[in-house]
Amino acid sequence: MSPLRPDLEFISHWVQPRTHVLDLGCGDGTLMRHLQETRQVTGYGLEIDPGNVVKSTAAGIQVIQMDIDQGLDAFADQSFDYVILTQALQVVRHPDRLLAEMLRIGRKGIVTFPNFGYWRSRMQIAWRGRMPVSETLPDAWYDTPNIHLCTVKDFEALCRQQGYRVLSRQVVDAAHHGNRLMSQLPNLLGEIALYSLTAGHRRGAALNKTQFALE
Amino acid sequence: MSSPIDPPGTDSANARFPEDSVGLVTPQRMVFDAPLELEGGKRLERYELVYETYGTLNHDRSNAILVCHALSGDHHAAGYHAPDDRKPGWWDVCIGPGKPFDTRKFFVVSLNNLGSCKGSTGPNSLNPETGVSFGPDFPIVTVGDWVNSQRRLGERLGIRQWAAIAGGSLGGMQVMQWAIHHSEAVRHALIIAATPKLSAQNIAFNEVARQAILSDPDFHDGRYEERGVIPRRGLMLARMLGHITYLSEDAMRERFGRELRAGRIQYGFDVEFQVESYLRHQGTSFVDRFDANTYLLMTKALDYFDPAQAFDGSLAEAFKASRSRFLVASFTSDWRFSSARSREIVNALMEVRKPVCYADIRSTQGHDDFLMPNPEYLAVLHAYMQRVAAELAA
Repeated sequence: MSPLRPDLEFISHWVQPRTHVLDLGCGDGTLMRHLQETRQVTGYGLEIDPGNVVKSTAAGIQVIQMDIDQGLDAFADQSFDYVILTQALQVVRHPDRLLAEMLRIGRKGIVTFPNFGYWRSRMQIAWRGRMPVSETLPDAWYDTPNIHLCTVKDFEALCRQQGYRVLSRQVVDAAHHGNRLMSQLPNLLGEIALYSLTAGHRRGAALNKTQFALE
Repeated sequence: MSSPIDPPGTDSANARFPEDSVGLVTPQRMVFDAPLELEGGKRLERYELVYETYGTLNHDRSNAILVCHALSGDHHAAGYHAPDDRKPGWWDVCIGPGKPFDTRKFFVVSLNNLGSCKGSTGPNSLNPETGVSFGPDFPIVTVGDWVNSQRRLGERLGIRQWAAIAGGSLGGMQVMQWAIHHSEAVRHALIIAATPKLSAQNIAFNEVARQAILSDPDFHDGRYEERGVIPRRGLMLARMLGHITYLSEDAMRERFGRELRAGRIQYGFDVEFQVESYLRHQGTSFVDRFDANTYLLMTKALDYFDPAQAFDGSLAEAFKASRSRFLVASFTSDWRFSSARSREIVNALMEVRKPVCYADIRSTQGHDDFLMPNPEYLAVLHAYMQRVAAELAA
């Protein structure tokens, strides 16, 4: 296997060994496989794409073919230690409800997304007057799967509004490297943002499954 | 018995068959003299099971796969019985060299279940107590009884643990039964196009099929053989009804639409639409190869299957002690045992943290898709079986 993407490496540092993990949109299974091998985790990857289901199966992970936009009400409250969503928050229909579901199902949520506040994105809109296209956001506006892009500030505003607690934050560039300056100006210099969250005090237990059903 | 396994009757050198076929196969028969206690309270004093094998059992007997058949299936899952056979066995798309159940790596055993009319002991067999065939006196057998008989077959073949047990539809239910009650003997359980139990609608369809047979004047309470007749009409109707539930509406529309046989409406009750002609053909050809008493027995085994029942109705509890690993697959166009039914199985497994992969295969044909060469389906099976094979090498 090729070396792990650095953002996935960051994530795996946040995952304690021998825990139970749900990876939403697990792709070809790279992250789950890495977590299984290096952290001895158990758990499942959810994936909708048939080709990725085959790849994940071949990768030796437990992949469940399903559409996370159809809701996660099959999963019980607090039934996983971590629920992970990498680079998919912006493609789901209801990111806010999905976050709530993640923190209902998991004790912790780990989320990564492309930061729309990244200075190059701002430049493309401000100076060129065009929708940003970059390594992280490669698609044209009319055929992008990214329907809910947000900035670091937007995301943190949502967390505050919902009462979620940010346990860790990391921003990196497209090559998934971070530095001190970037962490001081995350919304301007970070191209990809990574968060570890929990539902606020006692909130996890109070979340109502049906209230947050995604459909 | 010098070697528990005779080299299977496969002849890959036969150039008449496709390269990825197991070639010519010969069914084998095993006699069991120890009585088998049945769930229904009766017992079979002795019985015979007919089976086929493909591939070679390895030295440590760890590469065996058991294949369980569905309602009207039999032991002939792959290859050909004669050089001029028109069709191979029912799961030939999955079994053979290079196929998901790769016979270069695995030793595949496919048996015919008790109560069948295809060679294993069933209603057409001689009842030792009466000297005539069992007919309707053949006891009702359940999925659990089948699995018990399959365990004995495995023991006699020297297989303590199956690398995998696989089956579609009613076959998938046998796999579930194995994985719940005898998981020490099942490393991987492949449950395809199955359901944790029949719905009221499923049972209703079965009941209409049974009534079609039971109300046929030639049925004679199941003693039709003694009278030298066959309840053709009833069995045909049962199959026609069943066949409707095996196909998706799209598949029917695509194949037949509202096409008329004679090109125009005749205003009568003869066959007019192509789909009527197709169903009648399915029905009549079924009568020639199947038995009414067996059909009744098989539908009852379906109806009774409910492994959660013994666990206060909780499927998750039923799976809790299982040591097997699972692959569950469903087909998007299957409305008989829909994807939602497979998801019940998957959710129960995830609830008790069992290793499970689940694929919901995009399909068009309906319930019968598990027999079809659907590339996505074969790719998932292939990827999963590679994992199973990798464990053998380890």
